Amino acid sequence: MAELSEGQKVVRLQVPVSHDDIKDLEIGTVVYLDGVIYTGREGVYKRVIEDGHEIPLDLPAVSNANFHCSPAAAIEPDGSYNVGGVTATASFRFAKWMQRWFELSGAKIIIGKGGMSSSDYRELFVPAGAIYLTTVGYGTGALLGRGIRKVRQVEWFEELGNAQAMWVFEVENFGPFIVDSDLDGNSLFEQQAEQVNKNIESLYQGLKKPALSRYGETDDRNDELI
Amino acid sequence: MISQQVIQDTAYDIMGRAAIDIPPDYRSGVEFMIEKEDGLSKFVLQTMMENWDAATEDRRPMCADSGLPRYYVKVGNEAQYEGGPIGIEHALREATARATHDIPLRPNRVHPLWRTDHNNNVGINAPEIDWSFEPDADWIDITTVHKGGLFGTDYRMLFPGDGIDGIKRFFLDTLLSYGKRGLACQPAIVGIGLGGSKDTTMVLGKQAACLRVVGDRNPDPKISELELELKELGNSIGMGAMGFSGKSMVSDCHIEVGYTHTGGMPMSVHMFCLSSRRATARLFADGRVEYRTDPQWFTPYMRRETTSWQN
Repeated sequence: MAELSEGQKVVRLQVPVSHDDIKDLEIGTVVYLDGVIYTGREGVYKRVIEDGHEIPLDLPAVSNANFHCSPAAAIEPDGSYNVGGVTATASFRFAKWMQRWFELSGAKIIIGKGGMSSSDYRELFVPAGAIYLTTVGYGTGALLGRGIRKVRQVEWFEELGNAQAMWVFEVENFGPFIVDSDLDGNSLFEQQAEQVNKNIESLYQGLKKPALSRYGETDDRNDELI
Repeated sequence: MISQQVIQDTAYDIMGRAAIDIPPDYRSGVEFMIEKEDGLSKFVLQTMMENWDAATEDRRPMCADSGLPRYYVKVGNEAQYEGGPIGIEHALREATARATHDIPLRPNRVHPLWRTDHNNNVGINAPEIDWSFEPDADWIDITTVHKGGLFGTDYRMLFPGDGIDGIKRFFLDTLLSYGKRGLACQPAIVGIGLGGSKDTTMVLGKQAACLRVVGDRNPDPKISELELELKELGNSIGMGAMGFSGKSMVSDCHIEVGYTHTGGMPMSVHMFCLSSRRATARLFADGRVEYRTDPQWFTPYMRRETTSWQN
């Protein structure tokens, strides 16, 4: 395993997780998962929340870990599955559905790429008692692919296509992930961004502005654009 | 005569190589960067190295976002091939569909409005096939690139008076916009397109990011110098992988230029990713196929300035 930074912890959790399992997790901790996880992103959220379809799984009894992911996977003519890699997609676009999704699914772990804003954590995740785990580097598709023991089922393959379908995986030692948001809504990404921001002003010092400006929502490089 | 079957089978083969095996130039670029990192940034980059090893050992894609798989074809002026250009395009579409199922790649390609997914990465204008030509050659080079499609690219019309300052500002703007939280999956090979028509600006920048290797320099010494200066600038932001505090933002910077409107200096920035997926094959007239990871796309012929070509 890669070298941990000073004080960084590693934990292994069984999914579904209990409140006790996740209450002491700190941001920056490395997490591996065992148990059952499912994919769900805009296709699933729209279908359930906007179109009113029933979630085709017994959630959260089966799993309370929702992965923002589409696998690189294929269904063979005999109905068997070939899962190559799995990688997360950027989560911030899904904030608008999360409140309702937490209510309907009982999810306690959201796994994805890049986290959400700390205001999303405070307003959506903290009331739901949920944490956010980010994938590492992004593209650790092969390492995560190794952690998938079995495809339990695939729902809405015809309706949503391979990439947006709901894949249900049995996983073992599935990771690594890093805790971005704990149960208090702290965010590792925002903590790190604060450090990066300290240097931004000096980077632009002495560089004159272009002749033609642009309309835009922000000119403050300390801002996050998500 | 290069046969249809060889074209299709080779195009299929490089899809797998690109998806699974990290190109050695990029890998050693990241190895070099790890030395300068500590803490979380080091953990992330070391994990990526483990991921590349796992991909190669298991023959599985290093990243499941297998991006928008596409092809670049360079045809020797003397090359003889079965089926003409239409035949090549058909072979490449077949290869894409077969490879998507067999590797498997993620079938990312959907209709932009109806979100229809053929589950094979083939559709209207997909996969893209970019053509170029090479004098005094009887081979065909086929390159595939798998690059994620959502973050790390921007375009801006600058003007000659904006000068190098304007270039640096837009470079920083783009890296900061998409580097935060690591949306661009840095450290990345950053490609910059300068000049041309606006569409050419975008194409040149994309090709500079995806079709030149770490350590390659533009033959114009002043442009080469600017490449190194921008690389240094990107790495001085203080941001590394995943947007964490670090030094590893730009594994290399490549600039390509095109003659442009006298009043303008359009610029594009494209960030390739931590799984810089590219693979190339050269198909020879006698049926031989040679594989490599350096596309050698930008030849002296492609960068020619004069009316006629004399080597």
